[in-house]
Amino acid sequence: MLSLVAARLALGLVSLLLVSLAIFAITSLLPGDAAEELLGQYATRETVAGLRASLGLDLPAHLRYLAWLKGLATGDFGRSLASNMPVAQLIGSRLPNSLMLAAATAAVSVPIALTIGITAAMYRGSAYDRTVSMLTLSVVSVPEFLVATAAVIVFAVQLRWLSALSTTADITSVAQFFRVFALPVFALCCVIVAQMVRMTRAAIIDQLRAPYVEMAVLKGVGPLRVVLHHALPNAIGPIANAVALSLSYLLGGVIIVETIFNYPGVAKLMVDGVAQRDLPVVQACAMLFCAAYLVLVTTADIIAILSNPRLRHP
Amino acid sequence: MIRRLSPAGLLGLLILAFWVAMAVFGAAVAPHAAGRIVDMEVFLPVSADYPLGTDYLGRDMLSRVLHGTRYTVGVALGAALIASGSGLMLGMCAAVWGGMVDGAISRALDTLISIPSKMFALVVVAAFGSSVPVLILMAGIIYTPGAYRIARSLAVSVNAQDFVTVARARGEGTLYLVRAEILPNIIGPVLADFGLRFVYIVLLLAGMSFLGLGVQPPNADWGSLVRENMAGLHEAAPAVLMPAFAIASLTIGVNLAIDVLGGGRREGDGH
Repeated sequence: MLSLVAARLALGLVSLLLVSLAIFAITSLLPGDAAEELLGQYATRETVAGLRASLGLDLPAHLRYLAWLKGLATGDFGRSLASNMPVAQLIGSRLPNSLMLAAATAAVSVPIALTIGITAAMYRGSAYDRTVSMLTLSVVSVPEFLVATAAVIVFAVQLRWLSALSTTADITSVAQFFRVFALPVFALCCVIVAQMVRMTRAAIIDQLRAPYVEMAVLKGVGPLRVVLHHALPNAIGPIANAVALSLSYLLGGVIIVETIFNYPGVAKLMVDGVAQRDLPVVQACAMLFCAAYLVLVTTADIIAILSNPRLRHP
Repeated sequence: MIRRLSPAGLLGLLILAFWVAMAVFGAAVAPHAAGRIVDMEVFLPVSADYPLGTDYLGRDMLSRVLHGTRYTVGVALGAALIASGSGLMLGMCAAVWGGMVDGAISRALDTLISIPSKMFALVVVAAFGSSVPVLILMAGIIYTPGAYRIARSLAVSVNAQDFVTVARARGEGTLYLVRAEILPNIIGPVLADFGLRFVYIVLLLAGMSFLGLGVQPPNADWGSLVRENMAGLHEAAPAVLMPAFAIASLTIGVNLAIDVLGGGRREGDGH
């Protein structure tokens, strides 16, 4: 079993390396480079060549890739073209904000989604189950920004309960913390809960079709016990997968939500970076998000390995 | 393939047909030009003159939405064709040839899957800028691996069937095997998957346009329309709500229409 886990971890690392290669390749395909962008159109050939040499842009692509990779490994992400600040510092100042948003969202969405998903599977075919299926399908098929703007209209504009803009600077009390975080977290939760409910429900229903469940039912075991003691332990792998995959939707959702609420997080930094074509910032943020994504997916696979009774008790 | 036309499936097909028609004829039937300012009042509510109100510059929202249809539907359709087309080709080749080819294609596309779609889109737009061809190609590439996985697993199971073995023993070439034996047996589920890719791409591109990184002014798709009218959010103006509803109706309509093909999908999975 340990060798399986080790192999999965190694595969994750290889994927991360390949992803870094892909991101580097895409961002360095264009003929123009940072030196020309920095100096503008009035630069002479000599100044461009000089700056290019000092930035290391005159080196062949594979050497630049290795230098970039070494920088990533040692925490040196280069300098932002737009603000001339070290990218590591820019990300460092915003990372806690994004992590706080992600942690709050995960803490709220996972228990809610698992409860709804499991109960919907228990009473599948009922009015409750059909309502849940319809609602989750509608939330999954509309863009995240629609959910977020609808939340703003209802809670900030119509009801005036919460503020539509988020700044972490003026948090001094628990109530203010709640006011600032409620809307972004709510918007993110809507999308993620819908995804997670659908996958959890499917995983449990898959198990409920198995012969051993039929056996338990025929034996006279109550429906709650069948789900909690018989189906759930076997569905933990797929459910962990569902949770991790849904949380990876968080990475996409956070981009939209941070922009709508003007929330000072890493995703907002990246979107601004893309708009200004600030490639060092974009590269570093993309690597950060891809690494987070791979960590989630790898964790899900490892939990699936660890929760498989056949592998746990060989 | 179409077993029964449930009311929901029929509704989905109708919505889909309507938006496809608007993508082709929308500019012709729109009451005003997309950029024409028709009223000095901005964010007007729904009225007989302006059925969807006016936008942040006093332009007719109905015309804006109709002109935007070709960007939302057209770009997504192009990208979904690229994704499903190349996914289908590669998937059938991988299934028929197997071995090294299969391994090489699968590993290469697995790398693409480990980059979240929005992240890939942002990196591409940062590098190449945002234009309609870049958007189509980018979304097409992002969703190729998913289409490939479905097509490959379907084609692999058909490839193991006796009639394919017989055809191969007859000495038929790869082209014949793919076209006459495999494709007809997997086309139902592949079409359903094509619909799903289309929905994902509509959502991705709407999100990119909403961030201001998709279709660029003076052209506008529905995502851009929501973005440029965000100032009307505080008065819940139809200008910001209507394009969002248009997106929702399109994606839900396609989802409902896919259920019509649902019988074909289950049939394919059973093989």
